[in-house]
Amino acid sequence: MLKDQDRIFTNLYGMHERTLKGAQARGHWDGTSGLIDKGRDWIIQTMKDSGLRGRGGAGFPTGLKWSFMPKESDGRPSYLVINADESEPGTCKDREIMRHDPHTLIEGALIASFAMQAHTCYIYLRGEYIREREALQAAIDECYDKGLLGRNAAGSGWDFDVFLHHGAGAYICGEETALIESLEGKKGMPRMKPPFPAGAGLYGCPTTVNNVESIAVVPTILRRGADWFAGFGRPNNAGTKLFAISGHVNNPCVVEEAMSISFEELIEKHCGGIRGGWDNLLAVIPGGSSVPCVRGENMRDAIMDFDYLRGELGSGLGTAAVIVMDKQTDIIKAIWRLAKFYKHESCGQCTPCREGTGWMMRVMDRLVKGEADLEEIDMLWDVTKQVEGHTICALGDAAAWPIQGLIRNFRGEIEDRIKSQKTGRSSAMAAK
Amino acid sequence: MLRRLHSEQPESFAFTPDNQKWAEAQLTKFPEGRQASAVIPLLWRAQEQEGWVSKPAIEYIADMLGMAYIRVLEVASFYFMFQMQPTGSVAHVQVCGTLSCMICGAEDLIAVCKDKIAPKPFTLSADGKFTWEEVECLGACTNAPMAQIGKDYYEDLTAEGFAQMLDDLAAGKAVVPGPQNGRYAAEPKSGLTSLTEYDSGKTQYNASVQLATDIGDGVKRIQGDEVPLLTPWIGKDGVVAGRAATDAPPKAAEAPKPAVKQAKEAKKKEAEKAAPAKKAEAKPVAAKPEKTAEVAEAAPETLKEARGGLADDLKLLKGVGPKLEQTLNELGFFHFDQIAAWGAAEVAWVDSRLTFKGRIERDGWIAQAAKLAVGDETDFAKKAKKDGRYDDDK
Repeated sequence: MLKDQDRIFTNLYGMHERTLKGAQARGHWDGTSGLIDKGRDWIIQTMKDSGLRGRGGAGFPTGLKWSFMPKESDGRPSYLVINADESEPGTCKDREIMRHDPHTLIEGALIASFAMQAHTCYIYLRGEYIREREALQAAIDECYDKGLLGRNAAGSGWDFDVFLHHGAGAYICGEETALIESLEGKKGMPRMKPPFPAGAGLYGCPTTVNNVESIAVVPTILRRGADWFAGFGRPNNAGTKLFAISGHVNNPCVVEEAMSISFEELIEKHCGGIRGGWDNLLAVIPGGSSVPCVRGENMRDAIMDFDYLRGELGSGLGTAAVIVMDKQTDIIKAIWRLAKFYKHESCGQCTPCREGTGWMMRVMDRLVKGEADLEEIDMLWDVTKQVEGHTICALGDAAAWPIQGLIRNFRGEIEDRIKSQKTGRSSAMAAK
Repeated sequence: MLRRLHSEQPESFAFTPDNQKWAEAQLTKFPEGRQASAVIPLLWRAQEQEGWVSKPAIEYIADMLGMAYIRVLEVASFYFMFQMQPTGSVAHVQVCGTLSCMICGAEDLIAVCKDKIAPKPFTLSADGKFTWEEVECLGACTNAPMAQIGKDYYEDLTAEGFAQMLDDLAAGKAVVPGPQNGRYAAEPKSGLTSLTEYDSGKTQYNASVQLATDIGDGVKRIQGDEVPLLTPWIGKDGVVAGRAATDAPPKAAEAPKPAVKQAKEAKKKEAEKAAPAKKAEAKPVAAKPEKTAEVAEAAPETLKEARGGLADDLKLLKGVGPKLEQTLNELGFFHFDQIAAWGAAEVAWVDSRLTFKGRIERDGWIAQAAKLAVGDETDFAKKAKKDGRYDDDK
């Protein structure tokens, strides 16, 4: 198990001093200008060496992403935009950072912005996090007051502003180009890529969009060294990670752990085990709603990192939002609920997604009740394949994958329900 | 979901003075010409003030940001947090119904809403105090099931506790938000499994709940005076340092004016043509405050009618045509000596009532009038008389 002194978010639960003074006592804002003095090349190289992969779900190497930003300005300013639009069902890790350990994020914003020659950073927070916004803004105000932001931020010679902005309840704004559109005051509809944000993003200027956790771990990595961070987890899956475990465990929680921890250890150590014991485990969604579910029996020994979950189980780590479902769960209805979510959140720009999400939800509706034909399972599979990969952004994919996961892993359950409905026996599970 | 303007709209909308100040401060977060970026926060503040987003509010904010009405309506109808219809006078209850909450009992919470508030979402309860809806994931999944009431998250709920909470809110009792099962934040309920070594004394509540209890504005309609307005990014010298350090982003393409505005402007122009007198009367209302800051206005002496019924031909002043003469007559000026007597303050007074600002000084009316008043000629007057350019009017 990860030791407390190796944890980056030392005030994750907010039980300790939340002010700047408290953060400094825990080692944040320590020698920030010294880190910046080492130059942007050193910062980006260290980030590359650390092996940090983006914490927003896709797992793209953070240092590499930063290196796409133009080295010399062509007259346009550069922007760092921090994606705090945490709305992936199951995910609630960034909330804890922003309300309880905000200084990790603000310090990270300064360093990351310097590394990509940005003088301005916008934090796009989801609209519902009202208290979190107030807490984060209070921390930002405190930093301005102490000269850690603004002109000559933290004595580094770099002029730097952080602006807190917020959305208003659109899941799609977590997609980076939709987020940029929303930040410009428009509907959050994703843009075609290319051009990528690093070429033309916010206001047509070079922009990098990073997840809150990706930015918040930066100062500690630079202080303690790339090797320290790379020392956790398997190769290519380095570091520590915030896991958010919800659903049918005895003690749901958000916890920072080393990557590549086994699922069993994660659940036993921090969550007090599965409700009703391991035999009662039905299914797990290991990375937020967008990744396919995994059968419980395959999950016990699973290694919680990007490569294992994708390679071995056909799922993904995503945002490390682990949703645990025990055998009292109606798994078909659970996936139907996700289909409903994606129908609700489709922005309506691309036809396959706009129409497909509604179509898939309506078929799922009938599968929950068992009022369908067996052939329709294959038809549903086909439709998910026609939505997947045929849209501007990944929401189409995200809507298709949970259903594909269901059909792949729980086809028997779906068929049983249809058959029992046909023979007139009302299924006990079909109560909706 | 179909989201459109409500069938019944209020007459007007305006931010409270404090909210207006707050809104203007938000604009400084964005570079010059990119004020449209602030549309979501401004709409949100309008909703916090009124309870929902009305058509007048949308238009007010569009005008404030220089946006077309339809662009703001698009934003208001796209983002689900904007309520397009009136909400409960006490609170709008949002129950998270997505997967983690659903499997932890959100359906029981929704049943409570149906029972206690209204069978259908977005419908006012019988006493008008509440409305409810099922929302998608609110991002507090380890504290499932949960609901947002006003500004706050109420977490780790049970159906009974939730029902009690609604009763308490209806009765105006204070309810403490946050986890309702004794938890502090998102830690394991049975006790800490990590971070035990950094103990430095626990505050009573987690950060969200602490703010909620400190400010106490959970279900309040926001007036803008709840918390002090801070804009630390504007430095002591009035400069936003980070923005000053770089070039400005390229300008946004100018949006065409909406048809409604075009039609309005065309109408306005026509009205001006038809009745310049009205315009002159209406003008004092629109007198710009910054003008008064430069030179204090003072009303000059005016006459009800020309002395002896014989007005001077003011058109002999260079810069005064038949229209302006009429306007000047209506304001009460008929004689050169009246105009010659104007000082700076009087000029400012007249200037703010004319359509062409600054003309009095530019054309040197006062000097001309002084000459004409004592019977001298000016070059322009000589020429005008000679070529008889105004003879048709007479």
